Amino acid sequence: MKFRFILSIALYLCGVSVQTFGADALAWTAATCGGCHALQDPLYDQKPVDERANRKAPPLFYAGNKFRRDWLVSWLQKPDRIRPAGYFPPAHVVSGPDGDIVDETSLQQHPDFTQQEAVRAADYLMSLTPYTARLDEIEYAPGSISWKMGNLNFGKFRGCDACHRDAPDFGGVSGPELYTAWDRLQPKFIFSFISNPAAWDAHTLMPHVELNPAVVKKLADYLKVNGEDEE
Amino acid sequence: MKTAKFIVVLAGLATVHLSYADGDASEGKALYRNYCTQCHGVTGDGKGVNIPDMAVLPRDHTDTSEMSARTDAELTKAIKHGGKAVNKSVLMPAWEGNLNDQQVANLVAYLRELCCNK
Ligand code: HEC
Ligand code: HEC
Ligand code: HEC
Repeated sequence: MKFRFILSIALYLCGVSVQTFGADALAWTAATCGGCHALQDPLYDQKPVDERANRKAPPLFYAGNKFRRDWLVSWLQKPDRIRPAGYFPPAHVVSGPDGDIVDETSLQQHPDFTQQEAVRAADYLMSLTPYTARLDEIEYAPGSISWKMGNLNFGKFRGCDACHRDAPDFGGVSGPELYTAWDRLQPKFIFSFISNPAAWDAHTLMPHVELNPAVVKKLADYLKVNGEDEE
Repeated sequence: MKTAKFIVVLAGLATVHLSYADGDASEGKALYRNYCTQCHGVTGDGKGVNIPDMAVLPRDHTDTSEMSARTDAELTKAIKHGGKAVNKSVLMPAWEGNLNDQQVANLVAYLRELCCNK
């Protein structure tokens, strides 16, 4: 703290303007991202459920409790699609001769950013942490599980693969892909979201099912093992 | 006097009954779009966008004969507690944690419209 203060003064004396993290990062992010993403709590639970259909993008007001900073910095420069059927699948799915398909033309490419912009956005997003207390309550020590057991559990026993891909070419498409989940998300967020998706989003499209902590740990550990496998 | 009172009680019972058991199919339709079409299909025919890798296919909710064979109570149970609770696949999730009883009743009303009001 003291060092940073002295450094700021030194830089200031040298005529370098110190970009203190705050007002302008907020203004830039609000202007660049705020048109699609909620950067403040929209209080979904106080609105009727159809608000979900009108959201343009996932909320980011708790991004600092959800994402890994490194992932944000690299993804914002090269944003690969996370949700194969978009953020609100019913708006991007049409009926086809052999069943429903994703209407690819209705999906937008995410804007990409320079490294400097990505760092600035990531730093700002990582400061948005309204749910730190919720994560602090979680006791989750990431561990190992055999890929085969984990895969059976995620698929056959729990049915998670009906909506989520755990490999680029396997699984459902209505949820975010989970083969990069371990790179993207903080371990405790993964644990917490699986335990209680409705606490994160009152109108989540993910079924909120009571699972005991041992079951949740197995699922989270599978995402770890599966994600590390992917590399 | 007595008959009037009796009628009032009857009328009261009828409203209570209605507000408890009757779902609103148009509300149900909106919920179905959000939560169910991903597997059961945009037309309810069981061919949702998620099915290519699913081991058990979702029920075709437009199948009049199959769906007429289910009571409202059975449909309600499947929606609230999931496929496992009605001896069906775990791929049918339990929605009790996301939807309240009124919303489930709305969905059941919409299922009745889908299957049998053509
Ligand atoms: C035109 C609307 C739009 C703009 C502008 C936009 N985004 Fe997005 N963003 C989206 C959509 C839609 C998704 C979902 C993409 C997907 O799942 O593949 C998304 C996804 C994300 C994700 C992943 C979220 C998650 O929960 O998986 C992050 C992080 C993100 N955006 C950050 C940003 C930042 C930072 C900016 C501004 C610098 C920005 N976005 C600008 C529409 C937008
Ligand atoms: C009916 C579809 C469905 C099923 C089944 C399902 N999910 Fe999800 N899941 C979603 C959706 C949709 C989201 C994104 C949140 C939202 O939009 O409401 C999500 C989000 C997640 C996330 C957070 C990912 C992110 O990037 O935000 C994790 C982790 C997750 N699910 C794990 C699981 C696990 C483990 C199971 C099995 C126990 C499971 N899901 C079952 C639909 C589903
Ligand atoms: C993740 C995919 C998935 C989602 C989402 C889903 N279902 Fe299902 N559903 C299934 C599958 C698979 C079956 C068939 C299970 C079987 O036959 O073993 C099924 C069966 C059912 C049945 C039982 C029909 C019968 O034969 O008795 C009902 C009722 C039902 N679903 C209603 C719904 C409703 C209402 C929703 C939305 C709230 C919904 N489902 C969402 C996959 C899904």
